[in-house]
Amino acid sequence: MTDTAHATSRPGPDYAKAAKDALLAGIIALGIFGPLVGLKTEQNMSNELIVRNDMASALIIVAIVMAGRFLLSAFVFPRMGARGKKPTVANAIDEGVKPDRTKLYARLGLLLLFLYPIIVVSLLGFQGSLKWVDNFGIQILIYVMLGWGLNIVVGLAGLLDLGYVAFYAVGAYSYALLAINFDLSFWVLLPVAGILAAMWGVILGFPVLRLRGDYLAIVTLAFGEIIRLVLINFRELTNGSAGISSIPKVTLFGIPFDASPDGFAKMFDLPLSSAYYKIFLYYLILLLALLTAYVTIRLRRMPIGRAWEALREDEVACRSLGINTTNTKLTAFAIGAMFAGFAGSFFAARQGFVSPESFVFMESAVIVAIVVLGGMGSMIGVAVAAAAMIGGTELLRELTFLKAVFGPEFNPDQYRMLLFGLAMVGIMIWRPRGFVSARQPTAFLFERKAVSGSLVKEGHG
Amino acid sequence: MTSVTNGTGSPLLAVRGVKTFYGNIIALKGVDVDVHAGEIVTLIGANGAGKSTLMMTIFGSPQAREGAILYEGRDITRMPPHEIARLRIAQSPEGRRIFPRMTVLENLQMGAGLDDLKYFDEDVEKMFTLFPRLKERIGQRGGTLSGGEQQMLAIARALMARPKLLMLDEPSLGLAPLIVKQIFDAIKELNRSQGLTVFLVEQNAYHALKLAHRAYVMVNGVITMSGSGRELLESPEVRAAYLEGGRH
Repeated sequence: MTDTAHATSRPGPDYAKAAKDALLAGIIALGIFGPLVGLKTEQNMSNELIVRNDMASALIIVAIVMAGRFLLSAFVFPRMGARGKKPTVANAIDEGVKPDRTKLYARLGLLLLFLYPIIVVSLLGFQGSLKWVDNFGIQILIYVMLGWGLNIVVGLAGLLDLGYVAFYAVGAYSYALLAINFDLSFWVLLPVAGILAAMWGVILGFPVLRLRGDYLAIVTLAFGEIIRLVLINFRELTNGSAGISSIPKVTLFGIPFDASPDGFAKMFDLPLSSAYYKIFLYYLILLLALLTAYVTIRLRRMPIGRAWEALREDEVACRSLGINTTNTKLTAFAIGAMFAGFAGSFFAARQGFVSPESFVFMESAVIVAIVVLGGMGSMIGVAVAAAAMIGGTELLRELTFLKAVFGPEFNPDQYRMLLFGLAMVGIMIWRPRGFVSARQPTAFLFERKAVSGSLVKEGHG
Repeated sequence: MTSVTNGTGSPLLAVRGVKTFYGNIIALKGVDVDVHAGEIVTLIGANGAGKSTLMMTIFGSPQAREGAILYEGRDITRMPPHEIARLRIAQSPEGRRIFPRMTVLENLQMGAGLDDLKYFDEDVEKMFTLFPRLKERIGQRGGTLSGGEQQMLAIARALMARPKLLMLDEPSLGLAPLIVKQIFDAIKELNRSQGLTVFLVEQNAYHALKLAHRAYVMVNGVITMSGSGRELLESPEVRAAYLEGGRH
């Protein structure tokens, strides 16, 4: 009996065992949901309590539970068990094969991102698409970009930076102030904001060169706060906590998105709608985020990127191999800050308003959380984490039906931090290295011949 | 590679009266060591004698507070470590310090950074001839290697920089005798066939003295004895302090 069970469990799913599990789960579910859902008390016309039988709903729930348990037992659990049992060498070879699948996912994700506004518009129309493109699309992509930028500093170079939002603020205020005072366009100011933020990255980098780990984190945290306090108190320049408003919008090759005769809608004979601008902004931040990803992927294969990763792994070994750790750290801070500067100027242009309130420590914490949850160094992991965390927050706002359950005072958005914390704890228990923990190697022997990692084992490398 | 001079002429590396401090605590109390081109020189001594400190001082971290370190006649006492590495002094630091999340190949690549990977393909093949075990592990992460394999990787990574002087800090640490022999054989072979100069810090006195042309003994931050490897191997003091009972 045990022999056959053992034999069947190896080649395919063990359906008999799964069915038994499902039956057991069904009985428990019936015990719970039968009385809870199946029997309802209601008041009749003469104000008497009567019991109404709703066994149909209860049975549907029981069926769902049984089906779910069956699928889990038959397919999911055995696979989870097998993953733990594999020997280390096989794991190492697995990692060599994985990139192909990751590449496929990345391509599919990219395609989806490009089609997203089109899909939303075709489903909900221009007016209905606003919320989905703006609150979900643009908002998430800003954080994807910030996550990827910080990933250079934290994920690759291993320098824990808790004040990353400072560079975001530098970018936002650079664009806001220069655009208003000098009437320069977004396209001119985007690189300027990036350079200014990078400069501040170097300014932060110098004093913290000798620090690592906790000490570095504390100083960067303080740096973030200093920038915010300067923005609040330097009223002559930044208008203090009132912030700067009426920041110019982005134009498409000089075509503004407004109701003027030479505006986008008039020019293409389209009905007026604010959706065009949102969709344009969506593609703009998508391209900026992809630029971040592209630069990171390229740099990882270059000496500086390799030096970052080596620095994360072991600073002493780095020095003994002739790596200038000073320059390596400074470039990591500068390039990471530059992308935050880009994202900041985009943020300012999109909001039309900036104030120090947008750049509080919480923002830094969220970005660090995105990088850590996603898996330090993993681009896809960071993107998924940003989508889950920012999209999840936005979704909470949408859960208005919960008001019907918990009363009109209930605001699901207030539970954001609670859920956020729970998610963090959960991730750290089940995936301590983040969603995507496997690091993809950048070196392959004789790359031109495209020898895959799985062949190398057999001596073809 | 430089020609073999074996103890004559001006030394490749000269340590002159070096004093190193950790804060106020003196770790090296005026050390003199010569390493000539083509030699294997070993420094033996007990735990805490200052062997690793000397190795690290030569590499510029920490810097010597007094005295001078000359390499090819040039003063390198105040140079930062990455510039010292650029003079083709390679170091395999204590505790191996390979990059654990990088693959074997990536670790080797990090070693070849000085020449911008110009000789990478060629040199990787050489390393795989020297340590065939590494070839079997090429795509595996450094942290998953065994101790002996990690030590081989650490030495191979240092050699990828095409050094003139290779400095090894306790390559036998925590390794099985058979692996130690493999590693010492590899060092000997590199010295014999390519004239590579090796400065070896060891606690494993017997193997180190057998391998070395010349040797120094360090006690409490001072060099107490020096001579050829054979002389020290036969000296009663060295036998009593470092060899008796510990001979394998």
